[in-house]
Amino acid sequence: MRVLGVETSCDETGIAVYDTTEGIVGQHIYSQVELHAKYGGVVPELASRDHIRKTLPLIGQTIADSDLSMNDLDGVAYTAGPGLTPALLVGATLARALAWSLDVPAIAVHHMEAHLLATLLSPSKPQFPFISLLVSGGHTMLVKATDFGEYEILGESLDDAAGEAFDKTAKLLDLGYPGGPEIARLAQQGTPGVFTFPRPMTDRPGLDFSFSGLKTAVQSAVKERSDLTEQTRADIAFALEDAIVSTLYIKCRRALEAHDIHQLVLAGGVAANQKLRERMNDLNADVHYPPIALCTDNGAMIAYAGHERLIRGMSTDLVIDCRARWSIEAINRTGSI
Amino acid sequence: MGLAKASRHIELLDEAATLALGADLTTQFDSGVVYLRGDLGAGKTTLVRGYLRALGYGGSVKSPTYTLVEPYEIDGLSIAHLDLYRVTDPVELEFIGLEDVLRDVSLTFIEWPERGEGYLPTADLVIDLEIRRDGRVARFVLL
Repeated sequence: MRVLGVETSCDETGIAVYDTTEGIVGQHIYSQVELHAKYGGVVPELASRDHIRKTLPLIGQTIADSDLSMNDLDGVAYTAGPGLTPALLVGATLARALAWSLDVPAIAVHHMEAHLLATLLSPSKPQFPFISLLVSGGHTMLVKATDFGEYEILGESLDDAAGEAFDKTAKLLDLGYPGGPEIARLAQQGTPGVFTFPRPMTDRPGLDFSFSGLKTAVQSAVKERSDLTEQTRADIAFALEDAIVSTLYIKCRRALEAHDIHQLVLAGGVAANQKLRERMNDLNADVHYPPIALCTDNGAMIAYAGHERLIRGMSTDLVIDCRARWSIEAINRTGSI
Repeated sequence: MGLAKASRHIELLDEAATLALGADLTTQFDSGVVYLRGDLGAGKTTLVRGYLRALGYGGSVKSPTYTLVEPYEIDGLSIAHLDLYRVTDPVELEFIGLEDVLRDVSLTFIEWPERGEGYLPTADLVIDLEIRRDGRVARFVLL
């Protein structure tokens, strides 16, 4: 069985095909150069959020690169939410129309469930039940997955996501984007203990996060020093990375202990952070990571999640519907959204 | 009206003061477009959080930096909280479908409005938040 996945919930246009026996047989995430020629030299930045013009050529290219034809598809999966409504509607409309024309089922997929299930595409995949930490520029969320389609949000960020905290404090330190890798690189030269930043919400029970205050903490540290030497910036970067990593570690440990679960999945762009990975090794749990390429938004995770829904007989009624807000706990196991 | 009184500088010593200012705003402003200007960490999202909390919204008020838009429905009132920090060219707002996003929205908060210049609804109120050594200062510009 082969399922096409279409992801257009926010910035990326991602397309992929998942095959029951072969796994991911083709995938593309729109990159600035990849389809550039097709637009006759449109300034890449201008096309960066233009799902309408990117999605269809990207589907064609993915199908062709997979040595398939449209008629080889057994289903079309698309991100139905959460996300930006007009962006979601582009993918939903195209996917549904394509499914209808091919006379195959369309499958509405929850973006966060897809992130969570992407780990099952890695060689060392976790078994249910597991705890998942989704940590990226847009999300910081602890989810308990007891079975396919059975999720409970244990905690989430009340303001800024961890990746956003990296990005914004990097900006305050005049570092580039994305901030996480830049902070990590600079932190290697940092001296422990010169600065100490708060580990927000770790001193009270609960599994929610709050990273917004780190902006102010870093701002104060920057202002305290009249001369912001390279070493001072490195010391700040060290303290910042340490604060974020420690906070994530403490919450994961707490979640695992509270639910007596010994498997942890780390997903999202921040899961690539080396210090975070080292720290998580201290947990009394098997820690799993999706392949790096599947940590950020992509079509492969949508194709896979759609495939898993389809083989369980969950397809979606013939209506085009998207949800800007959609809790992962509200996923209907019957497949309607 | 109340805002005329508020058009002077308002000292905001801590986060609670910014939340309180957002709460105060509910008594004076319940529809239209509010631009929120100020640097990273100035308290723009915090002010919106104060506003929504005062309306009785109990959920989390997250930064819309990544999602660009966070929509809220509170007692039939439709509110959109936009953050254009990641927008590099205002024309992106057309691709995003901003017009569709804001259809049927009665109150819109827009952070980093300068990044969407030419593609945004005009402001009814502008709030400038400035970071000082010992807190924040808010200035209201009523248009």
